Amino acid sequence: MMRLLAALFRHPSGRIGAAIILVYLVAALLGALGLTPHNALKQFPLDRLKPPNATYWLGTDLLGRDTFSRLMLGIGQSFVVAFASVAGATLAGTVIGLLAAWWGSLWDGVLMRIMDVLLAFPAILLALLIIAIVGPGTFTSVAAIAIVYTPIFARVVRGPALSLKRRDFVDAARTFGSSERYILTRHLLLNLVAPLTVQVTLALAWALLTEAGLSFLGLGTQPPAPSLGLMLSESKNLMQHAPWLMFFPGLTIMVGILGFNLTGDALRDILDPRTERRTA
Amino acid sequence: MSYVAQRLLTFPLILLGVSILVFVAIRMIPGDAITAMLGTEAGLLTPAQRASLAAYFGIDQPVTTQYFRWAAGLLHGDLGISATYGKPVLQIILDRFPLTLELALLSMLIALLTGIPLGVLAATRNERPSDLMVRILAMLGQSTPSFVLGLLIIYLLSVWFGIVPTMGTFTPLNVDPLANLGQMIFPAITLGFAFAASVTRISRSAMLDVLSDDYIRTARSKGASQRSVVWGHALPNALIPVVTLSGVEFGYLLGGAVIVEQVFALPGLGRLVLDAISQRDYALVQGTVLFIAMNFLIVNLIVDLLYVVLDPRIRLGGK
Repeated sequence: MMRLLAALFRHPSGRIGAAIILVYLVAALLGALGLTPHNALKQFPLDRLKPPNATYWLGTDLLGRDTFSRLMLGIGQSFVVAFASVAGATLAGTVIGLLAAWWGSLWDGVLMRIMDVLLAFPAILLALLIIAIVGPGTFTSVAAIAIVYTPIFARVVRGPALSLKRRDFVDAARTFGSSERYILTRHLLLNLVAPLTVQVTLALAWALLTEAGLSFLGLGTQPPAPSLGLMLSESKNLMQHAPWLMFFPGLTIMVGILGFNLTGDALRDILDPRTERRTA
Repeated sequence: MSYVAQRLLTFPLILLGVSILVFVAIRMIPGDAITAMLGTEAGLLTPAQRASLAAYFGIDQPVTTQYFRWAAGLLHGDLGISATYGKPVLQIILDRFPLTLELALLSMLIALLTGIPLGVLAATRNERPSDLMVRILAMLGQSTPSFVLGLLIIYLLSVWFGIVPTMGTFTPLNVDPLANLGQMIFPAITLGFAFAASVTRISRSAMLDVLSDDYIRTARSKGASQRSVVWGHALPNALIPVVTLSGVEFGYLLGGAVIVEQVFALPGLGRLVLDAISQRDYALVQGTVLFIAMNFLIVNLIVDLLYVVLDPRIRLGGK
């Protein structure tokens, strides 16, 4: 793990990506601890729509709330949804992919066809369908994004797991009487850590994007909780008078996604050196 | 079993799965269908009226019977009646689909016309400053959400250039092509930007692979010009992954660019789903989601089959 982190910081784009994620994590943590310049939820009616200044570094919104403090909380909110949904998708996708590969034949066919059915929906559409059933909210966003990305993890795991299953060391483990659970967790899963790590990082970028998109549509995090997509959506009608309300949340979302994309690409280079020459 | 046969056999199976999923999902929505259809007026119904309505819509039948009746309707193009519009769902979908199709085609055109040349340029100048610039641009393109770019474009147009993109009323292509293009070009650029970034990255990566192949070395040793090697020998083979990516992306775009249609107030399929969800028009949600998923599946099937035509190794059971 430490070697991977060291390699990540030696990689040019990995260094930038990891630094962005680190800054965002610190901002989210400070926001969660209430260590924001102003109370992110408190309204200051006399300071409505103030442009960036010494008191309000990134200006205020229509209700006089501090944009910078709200961004700190918004990053936290987006990260919670992104990390929780990707954790759910990784867990469910890994279990499904491993079991499909291990059991094979009928189970493999059934499980992977179910995954194919889920993949038949464009991601945002499947998320909208789930939200139509459960109703909008943070938890729904987590569940929707997790369900949307589960088939991708199942596919990422199943392919290599199928080839690992036929390797000599798995046969040897069977001969020595290792249990199925031991072989699956120690021999197969440990060898899948590399592709999973890359996929998790890239999925975090998609999850961040999807969460912001759902909140932008008013179907993710609900007000008054700050969310990056929601803040951007609220800025639509004010962009001519208060463009900072659009720029800063937009930039925050973009840089956050960039951080995960750069890290994902760097990890792919490090963990699969064959791709190093080709990645852009 | 050959790859083509396998894909053709699993297609109806997945289609069946998609229809079951959409049917079950809509029935999982809390509350009964009559209340969903009539809203607060449902409270005025007597139990007898409610039972008679349930019998009329067939929702008093077992779920399996309901599914088979619904699926039989689907085969005849009957997706039900929209509670909001009072019109057949299929008719509403077909009214909105041309806009979504045009937007998808225009975005793809923008993405391919910019992405492929940029990818080729980066590959032929590998590790030089122009390659680095293209790579940075592509990475930024992939990291910029469509709603951020869309709002930025609207802001730049309105504040810097004094142009306010026409929103609300939409002019179809066959009525006034110029006015239509004026309305569609900015949403298409918004959608095409990230798509172009993906095309650039995959074109560059595929070109780098192909340019190191033996047949390219042979062509160079025979004295072929750089132009002929790149555009004549290398590009056609490097386009195979670009075709796959474009097909998959096109399938997504046909699914309705929900967010871009919302940002630019375009009455396409994506916005139809969003409106149907907010109006709790379940027949419309069900029909539109199914229509989009089917489009997506069909486009993916065509791409897979096209891939086999372009790369015979797949047909022959190779890589």
